[in-house]
Amino acid sequence: MAYDLICIVCPNGCHLHVDDNFNVTGNRCPRGPVYAKQEVTNPTRVVTSTVKINSKVFRVLPVKTKVAVPKKNIFDVMNVIEKTVAKVPVHIGDVIVCNVAGTGVDLVATRDILE
Amino acid sequence: MMETKDLVIIGGGSAGMAAAVSAYDHGVKDILILERGPFLGGILNQCIHNGFGLHEFNEELTGPEFLTRFVNQVVERKIPYKLNTFVSNISKDKVVTYSNSEEGYVEIKAKAIIMAAGCYERSAGAIGIPGDRPSGIITAGQAQLYMNEYGYMVGKRVFILGSGDIGLIMARRMSLEGAKVLGVAEIMPYSNGLNRNLVQCLQDFDIPLYLSHTVSKVVGKSHLERIEISQVDDKLQVIPGTVTSFEVDTLLLSIGLIPYNSLLDKMGLVPSRTRGASVNEHMETALDGVFSCGNVLHVHDLVDNVVVEAKVAGASAALYLQDKLPRHTEKITCEPGDGVGYIVPEEIDLANAEDQIPMKFRCRKPTHDVFIEYALNGEVIKSFYKQTIIPSEMEIDIIPKNLLKNNQGKLTVSLKPREVK
Amino acid sequence: MVDIIIIGAGVVGSLIARNLSQYEVSVLVLEKENDVGDVTSMANSAIVHSGYDPVPGTKKALYNVEGNAMYPALCRELDVPFGPVGSLTIALTDAQVDVLKDLQKRGSENGVETKLLSADEVKAMEPNIAPDVKGALLCPSAGVVNPFVLTAHAMENALDNGVKLHLDEAVLNVKRVKDHFEVKTAQAIYEAKVVINCAGLHSEEIAKMIEPVDWKINPRKGEYYVLDHYAPGLVNHVLFPLPSEKGKGILVTMTTSGNYLVGPSSEVIDDKEDFSTDALTLADVKRQATMMVPNIPFREQIRVFAGLRATPSTHDFIIEASKSYKEFINVAGIESPGLASSPAIAMHVVDELAAPVIALSPKKSYNPRVKKYINLQSMSLEERNALIKKDPSFGETVCNCEKISKGEILDILGRSLPCKTIKALKKRSRAGFGKCQGGFCQPKVLLLLAEYYHISPLEVLYDKDGSEILAKESK
Repeated sequence: MAYDLICIVCPNGCHLHVDDNFNVTGNRCPRGPVYAKQEVTNPTRVVTSTVKINSKVFRVLPVKTKVAVPKKNIFDVMNVIEKTVAKVPVHIGDVIVCNVAGTGVDLVATRDILE
Repeated sequence: MMETKDLVIIGGGSAGMAAAVSAYDHGVKDILILERGPFLGGILNQCIHNGFGLHEFNEELTGPEFLTRFVNQVVERKIPYKLNTFVSNISKDKVVTYSNSEEGYVEIKAKAIIMAAGCYERSAGAIGIPGDRPSGIITAGQAQLYMNEYGYMVGKRVFILGSGDIGLIMARRMSLEGAKVLGVAEIMPYSNGLNRNLVQCLQDFDIPLYLSHTVSKVVGKSHLERIEISQVDDKLQVIPGTVTSFEVDTLLLSIGLIPYNSLLDKMGLVPSRTRGASVNEHMETALDGVFSCGNVLHVHDLVDNVVVEAKVAGASAALYLQDKLPRHTEKITCEPGDGVGYIVPEEIDLANAEDQIPMKFRCRKPTHDVFIEYALNGEVIKSFYKQTIIPSEMEIDIIPKNLLKNNQGKLTVSLKPREVK
Repeated sequence: MVDIIIIGAGVVGSLIARNLSQYEVSVLVLEKENDVGDVTSMANSAIVHSGYDPVPGTKKALYNVEGNAMYPALCRELDVPFGPVGSLTIALTDAQVDVLKDLQKRGSENGVETKLLSADEVKAMEPNIAPDVKGALLCPSAGVVNPFVLTAHAMENALDNGVKLHLDEAVLNVKRVKDHFEVKTAQAIYEAKVVINCAGLHSEEIAKMIEPVDWKINPRKGEYYVLDHYAPGLVNHVLFPLPSEKGKGILVTMTTSGNYLVGPSSEVIDDKEDFSTDALTLADVKRQATMMVPNIPFREQIRVFAGLRATPSTHDFIIEASKSYKEFINVAGIESPGLASSPAIAMHVVDELAAPVIALSPKKSYNPRVKKYINLQSMSLEERNALIKKDPSFGETVCNCEKISKGEILDILGRSLPCKTIKALKKRSRAGFGKCQGGFCQPKVLLLLAEYYHISPLEVLYDKDGSEILAKESK
């Protein structure tokens, strides 16, 4: 299956075409094909959101997946986030949910909320 | 007796904190940061998405993570700061008036001041969106605050006006939270956001982008019920009869950021083309010892660049306080030329300048296959080739000081198409 | 049974209520919106006209001049921002200068002092005026007022003196029963000896509940630009072009908060609920205004709005008892110069129309003054700090653009006039009126209202019912 996509690696925004054999055309530098192949075979995204927290000061805690997760799992991750309630104290980097939605990636806090 | 301070910094966001740390590391110890919010960090507190810090820390951080690095630097150095403190005035002789509920109104005489108070969002009223004035029309940044700091969603069926990054980020954020985002309208024929955001915020969620469109009407007796978008011509005027209607309860506006510059006027400073102060290569305004950096000077798209600029402001304030930044009458004025919207700095004092002078500007529209030309008194002294340059990415070029002879005249930066022979 | 029901709490209804509150009568005001002064009284040019313009001998002429003279004392009693800035009617051609002379004569007939100015004199007063200005008519008695605060404080004073107010209660029907009226709303049926119809755009419908009337109220829309305050400023007076049959024309004026208004347009429409703005009309407003002041900095535009004038088919105010009952009093068609005339209208309605039909004996406890509002920006730093020592909430800034403190907001919320929505608070405090248009302060105001009224932030309204800002919790 062939794909058309915009490269996001630099502002050029080359329009890339990936054919059935994963040959990439339309790039103006070598980083394009690397991005394109990844994006076409296993697109991944870092998911950032907020979870409820039992803090006196804040109603929500910002979180992120520690690294990118497969794009197809984004809404699975969101479903877990929806049901999660974090507990104070929380420090940046604390694991809020281990192996979120079975992606193998932890969901971590991105800010300190101590009370 | 009025208290004095060596350095007062207005704003405790990324710009204010980085400037404070830089001033401290260059020898200034008597510093006070005045922050109007309940915590340090400024706008990054609500920017829970990632993409910050690639240049500064070689990592991709979320807003809160990025700001925490600087808060730690401020705290490590024990730099004093006040929260929930509003600066209402700066006089021509550098008396800063601030207020909070513990101290009331206090005047302090500052030897040096760095203005780093950030920017605000252009409102619906500022562009006169035709139609009713119901609730449900809200700037993207305010919706972001409600969602990421307060924990509330502002609506369920959303349309976004403006394809700047804030709008795109919120398109993704609202979609992830279960809202239906029906589209983004952009008045220009090109998008204003980073390609990365077009892909990861719009394409990922199948949100259509309507280029050369604007919102031509909003309808709602008490809350927003419906919007109409229309195509625009090359003069950005609505083309009659090109209406598409959307039933939505929320219109998010991402139509521009403006430096929050209310303090300039009492200091006798006139806003520049960016609507922030006019500065020289040391980030110093026309008022001796008053510096400016960050979004209150000109709106940035990368906080990493804010930090670089703020470090210059902090270092310059240190030099000023050590009497090492005298003013000279001979200066080079800098002006935007063809294809360029504005230039910072607007003035270079060559006798003080560092060996490398960063020149910052935004182009007026996306341009390909072009040379950026710096011309001093009409003579081209430096040019850089760009395959693509877009308005949403600030261009920063380093001009070596030794190319600027005579310390006077006009430096113009323009875009010149590459001539195909 | 109440003595008097007033239908409509615009500036006229509120001032009438206040006037009546100095007597030992029971007064109930029924207002269909959820705030006072929420329709025409809040969407106008905010000008206290001098009175040269109305046709001599009309009620408009009489009450305009009378009302204008009452403003300084009224605004002192009610603590309302008022600026006697004067107005200039601008002539851009020699023919227009001749018209100015006619206007001066008309003004003189109405008892209004005016002065003809030469082009040079005008330019000296107004540096931004069009260079081809030929002259102007100066009316020193014209002024600008804050119409939101005038209406609110008039009603607050009325409430403090015993008047009752029901907001969110539209009158559905009025009928005569024996020797009184039954006034029906969705909530209740009230009995009153006297009914005063101050229902603005809908005063025709209310009047017709009692008897057929031969006059009509036609909505006439006016669209405006609002500009932020900025240095060095745009104009020093209210600037008018020559009046036409459409009205006073598109003016450029400052407001009591240092903003600028450019407008209004004038078009008769059908729909009494249509407050929308449109691009073509506003473009025309801009075109006409820039003939008088060429360099209006529209980059400082922060808002556009539209108001509807209640234009009477009789071309003059309709202030009279109904034909069927002296106790049913119509106060209708209060278009320009309605705001300027309102104190005089209130006085005449009470003295000449209400007094004959209901005994009005003075109330000993009547206090014409509203408790003074704290305005931090007008106080010295020492005065502010003395206040903040007693009440730290005055040290907390809520609206950065307009410099409004939490203490000033709490002062408003604590008064007798309910202030439940973000819009109502905006009208009375100016929080949200500045250049960021609530960008920074609206979330703080929202939480403040939620906390004050012990409701969830989800329930806080921006304006009318259904205008909640927040839809749901994000998690």
